[in-house]
Amino acid sequence: MAVRDTTAPPAARAPHRGLRWLRRHLVTLAGLATLGYLILPNVVVLVFSFNKPNGRFNYSWQRFSLDAWRDPCGVADLCGSLGLSLRIAVWATLGATVLGTMIAFALARYRFRARSSVNTLIFLPMAMPEVVMAASLATLFLNMGIQFGFWTILIAHIMFCLSFVVTAVKARVMSMDPRLEQAAQDLYASPVQTFLRVTLPIAAPGIASGALLSFALSFDDFIITNFNAGSTVTFPMFVWGSAQRGTPVQINVIGSAMFLIAVLCVVAGQLAGARRKRS
Amino acid sequence: MTATEAPPGAPAPKAEPLAVRTPPARKRLVPYWLLLPGLLWLLVFFAAPLVYQASTSIQTGSLEEGFKVTWHLATYWDALGAYWPQFVRSVSYAAVATVLCLLLGYPLAYLIAFKAGRWRNLVMILVIAPFFTSFLIRTLAWKTILADGGPVVGALNALHVLDVTNWLGLTEGHRVLATPLAVVCGLTYNFLPFMVLPLYTSLERIDPRLHEAAGDLYARPRTTFRRVTFPLSMPGVVAGTLLTFIPAAGDYINAELLGSTDQKMIGNVIQSQFLRVLDYPTAAALSFILMAAILTMVTLYIRKSGTEDLV
Repeated sequence: MAVRDTTAPPAARAPHRGLRWLRRHLVTLAGLATLGYLILPNVVVLVFSFNKPNGRFNYSWQRFSLDAWRDPCGVADLCGSLGLSLRIAVWATLGATVLGTMIAFALARYRFRARSSVNTLIFLPMAMPEVVMAASLATLFLNMGIQFGFWTILIAHIMFCLSFVVTAVKARVMSMDPRLEQAAQDLYASPVQTFLRVTLPIAAPGIASGALLSFALSFDDFIITNFNAGSTVTFPMFVWGSAQRGTPVQINVIGSAMFLIAVLCVVAGQLAGARRKRS
Repeated sequence: MTATEAPPGAPAPKAEPLAVRTPPARKRLVPYWLLLPGLLWLLVFFAAPLVYQASTSIQTGSLEEGFKVTWHLATYWDALGAYWPQFVRSVSYAAVATVLCLLLGYPLAYLIAFKAGRWRNLVMILVIAPFFTSFLIRTLAWKTILADGGPVVGALNALHVLDVTNWLGLTEGHRVLATPLAVVCGLTYNFLPFMVLPLYTSLERIDPRLHEAAGDLYARPRTTFRRVTFPLSMPGVVAGTLLTFIPAAGDYINAELLGSTDQKMIGNVIQSQFLRVLDYPTAAALSFILMAAILTMVTLYIRKSGTEDLV
């Protein structure tokens, strides 16, 4: 210890108090700055949802108004596109979660031939720029003479969500203690009972996070949808179009509302969880 | 989905046979049935289109007469010759954005993993919550933030930051919008959570006792970080840089919304060739080159960083 004490530079020992505080909290401050960078656009979106712009574009602050919040569907096609996006996201989540969970269990629990090629096939869609997948899938649809619309969007969304579900569920199933299932079976649980009462509940968080990710990815997808939607307009497509034609304030209202609802849901869930833990 | 690993009635009185014993034939087929629907989906709608696209890229023809495979490889040369600046731009913008994401994201991930304490969940929510506002809306918000004459540009001007970035060729004159800086800033912003989350996952796995041990062995905080924390977070660094770089290199939204024609990336070219010019062979050739370039870079990177368990 004595040896070490002499090597510590004395200047570093007693700097100014403020400086010491700064040094101690440097990482925290940098982290908070990054957090601010991440949140800032959401704040701007929220603030500008109360704006009353002069022209067609909602880029500079004019004056306070609640008009857009009173009439969120007041722009033609806006709420229709939102509904379509939600519908697609629900079905894509369902499809990708079922197919992906099956693949994840196969990969986590079984040794079989072509395992590594299956792993590669799962990994590739995640390692591929979206624009490449989008263009190639659209080429296929074009040449097959398939009409672009709801179904082509859904097919594409299930395709790119699948790998994310597999990854999430596989990680969870792999980290599961196999002895839990053995114990269930030692206690005379049938394989089906074991699966439903032990395996599935343990895998559930993985499945849930895979499903949540799918929903978010599908709902927010623009690039792949842009290539495979034809004249169908999802919510991101609507926003894209409005960036060229003029951005209605209602876009900000919907963006902020979803942000606030999501935060409220998570906070409520956290509080409920905390209370359950306490009681 | 229910009877995933053992069909009812299969004789499995004891432990799960984890590849140790040879299971009966019926059970051996189970994984294949599980894989079949999902893999078919990927083969038909992911792999087959890529092959199809490769064939499209060597076709010639026109929209009216139809396209035929003529092994016209010159499409590749023409495409590369005409659009190499966009390729270079895509790779360099994406690289800069990835480095910025790592520099910005690491302290945040570290904060959540080690310092946030009871605020951890709240900070986590704040990282994820922006996702719920469509990223196009959020990218448009940057148009407001970086507006000419706005407070941000004003401050950057007053602090002479823009002089530095002008000198670096990142900006031009007294504005940020429609410059490379705006596009890189947008890319960094859009893909930052994809850096923070894997970093956090790998940092959170580190046993805090390792830090204590390092401290007990007289390592200063900086040494602890360099010798213990950072090496252990490498899987997160690799995953995060990949998750940032790949989508950023193919992105065309930030360049379209925040840049001008001088900042067009390769994604913009593919998009306009495919959806506006309707020159499918060129679009196919360009996306094929992009795919090949990215897959090569990713493979080399994963080899070099030695974490193949990512796949």
